[in-house]
Amino acid sequence: MDFNDTPEQAKFRATTIEWLEANAEPKASKSSGNTESSLENHLQVSKTWQQKKYDAGWAMLHWPKEYGGIEASPIERIIWGQEERKYNVPGGIFEIGLGMCGPVMMQYATEEQKDRYLSPMAQGKEIWCQLFSEPAAGSDVAGLRSKADRDGDDWIINGQKVWTSGAHYSDFGILVVRHDPDMEKHKGLTFFFVDMKSPGITVKPIKQITGQAGSGSGFNEVYFDDVRIPDSQRLGEIGDGWKVAITTLMNERLAVGDARGADIEEALMLSKAKDVDDEPLIKNNAVREQLADWFCEANGLKYTKFRTISALARGESPGPEASITKIVSANKLQAIGNFGIDSGDMAGMLIDDTDGMSSFQGAWLGAPGLRIAGGTDEILRNVIAERVLGLPQDPRADKGLPFKDIPTKV
Amino acid sequence: MNLEFSDDQKFLQEEARKFFDKEGGLNNARKVMDEATEFDLELWSKIVALGWTGIRIPEDYDGLGLGHLELCVIAEELGRSLAPVPFASSVYMFTEAIIQHGNEDIKKAVLPGLVSGEHVGTYGIAEELSQPTELNVKTNVQNNKINGCKIAVPDAGVASHLVVVVKSDQGIDLRLVDLADPSVTITPQKNVDTSKAFFKVEFNDTPSQLVGKEGEGWHLMQHLLDQAAVLFAFEQVGGSQASLDMAKSYAMERFAFGRQIGSYQAIKHKLADMYISITLAKSNCYYGAWALSSDSSELPLAAATARVSATKAFQLCSKENIQTHGGNGFTWEYDCHLFYKRSKVLSVILGAESTWKEKLIKSLEKTNTLIKE
Repeated sequence: MDFNDTPEQAKFRATTIEWLEANAEPKASKSSGNTESSLENHLQVSKTWQQKKYDAGWAMLHWPKEYGGIEASPIERIIWGQEERKYNVPGGIFEIGLGMCGPVMMQYATEEQKDRYLSPMAQGKEIWCQLFSEPAAGSDVAGLRSKADRDGDDWIINGQKVWTSGAHYSDFGILVVRHDPDMEKHKGLTFFFVDMKSPGITVKPIKQITGQAGSGSGFNEVYFDDVRIPDSQRLGEIGDGWKVAITTLMNERLAVGDARGADIEEALMLSKAKDVDDEPLIKNNAVREQLADWFCEANGLKYTKFRTISALARGESPGPEASITKIVSANKLQAIGNFGIDSGDMAGMLIDDTDGMSSFQGAWLGAPGLRIAGGTDEILRNVIAERVLGLPQDPRADKGLPFKDIPTKV
Repeated sequence: MNLEFSDDQKFLQEEARKFFDKEGGLNNARKVMDEATEFDLELWSKIVALGWTGIRIPEDYDGLGLGHLELCVIAEELGRSLAPVPFASSVYMFTEAIIQHGNEDIKKAVLPGLVSGEHVGTYGIAEELSQPTELNVKTNVQNNKINGCKIAVPDAGVASHLVVVVKSDQGIDLRLVDLADPSVTITPQKNVDTSKAFFKVEFNDTPSQLVGKEGEGWHLMQHLLDQAAVLFAFEQVGGSQASLDMAKSYAMERFAFGRQIGSYQAIKHKLADMYISITLAKSNCYYGAWALSSDSSELPLAAATARVSATKAFQLCSKENIQTHGGNGFTWEYDCHLFYKRSKVLSVILGAESTWKEKLIKSLEKTNTLIKE
């Protein structure tokens, strides 16, 4: 047991650090780099950084060489991530494209399409989004109702998508729709990619409980009114939409990790900084017990990740242990946010950045979303129970029924 | 980075698991409970024959001279099988005390016997039904003679030697006692888990030998407790996993309202929470194992983290295993209670959860740059 890189890993890390040092500013502190800026500015800065990475060969590490990647191993991607995190660089807006849309295009698009789309995606010139969830299809995403009707060489799309991150600034999107409601739920789906500037597409940012709308990689509703998509933009066979979507969601599961935000370090610093009658909060036994619990959780996640990395480094596939990450970290974030606000006692509700209070309020307001996005706590517990522990699936009321006959209300 | 046991260590764990299964698994703990025999001495002699009691003992004293990681993998299997043997008292605590702090005479006199099985060691700290501290030790030593009384001493009924925490003119000392001395009185004490045995040990002008430096006994004992905490945490993880495995099998075979109870989300989510607690505890144990085996200055923090995490996991898994079994789980016949009882004993045996949470925060206050005092 040791925490050292192998010689090859050390070499890759050194090359990574050398390039980052020459091309980016180190973060001054853990909380910097979250400065508010306009969406236009954020997009511009992100695109410039992505192009810079592309030119140097760092843009899409894991992609095959034929599409401009360097076929980096999982461990090399982790090393890159560990180092890039230490620098004040923009992130977020290309993750869906590079992580989910790119791989699905590689697998299902034509050669001409790959030539046309993959390189601009990798260079950050074109941004992609993912159009799966719908108002009536969240956890049960295969229950989606947006429909595709065949019209000659085209398909006509009608319906609504929701929770689409970045739709308001995306150029293209991947889309699952229902081409046949007479077939069973999972069988009547077909997968496309779509130009987000197509006539008939309306994007409306969702105002979240944080009060934000359309900022950062915020969520959107996307309406489709007689949107025309050529059949050549279909990915996979007609009726294979679920299979293609699952491939994409597997890639999402790899991408969704820790809930970012106030963590044990912030809680420790706050407990040390705040005092009541000259007694710091950290001297309060109730606070100490909570801190110990969060430390055990944070540390447990950290070393769970190290175990995964160890398996990857040995060329083995990681065990299922990473499946706990989001449940534990999102709930910890909510609890720590709550603790921060409570530490202000009678005035805890005030939005006032003394002692870094706003990061706790941000955590508390954002955590409910993180407990839902990318698989709710409940769905993830089902996943652990069924796929890791091997318990039977729930009996389903929609099994074997044509989609149109599935009950939707009493 | 390699936070993983070596292939040899994994092989040893596999062998240990096969051994305990072959020797009867949980039946040994059940037999000790049913027959009120306190220990399974037959199983113990087989463990001694495998050489496990000498894993950490240097070759000069007939041991194998291996590191702590080998003990970690065996500990997990002891925890899974609830083996009713004095392994933890003798190997994690007593043997380590002698290896690390015994003088040459003591080592020569004691260590080879621990390898051969002639000797079994244990330790005595508690004196009252509350947390022992450096300030409340009353058992004392004068001119090498000990007077006083220790309670909740594990395995004293089968042990030949004891390392005991006593008050001296210099502060707190560790002392070695031969339990066969007629001045020692050993009385069994009732406890919640009758597959484990605890004793009252009374000293009446009992002869003893100093272990480690005078006045440093409390500090030395804290380090021994930190080391043992990692090993006990592996036992707790083993017990947690066994509880989850039991709950899972039952959830697959038991039907209610026409379906397997494991198909209900109430049960699935309960079992998923057990899995989450085990995964966190196991990862913290690996961190503890690294700190233990590399003699890291992070050991106090790593040990407390592993212990708190593993204590929570075993208590959660053992109680929810009973719950998953419904009424059957409350019967003597089903094995659920064996884990429930062992989880409680292990949760206090080195000090309660709150004690270790306090240790965790104290070591953060000493070492973490964000809050360093």
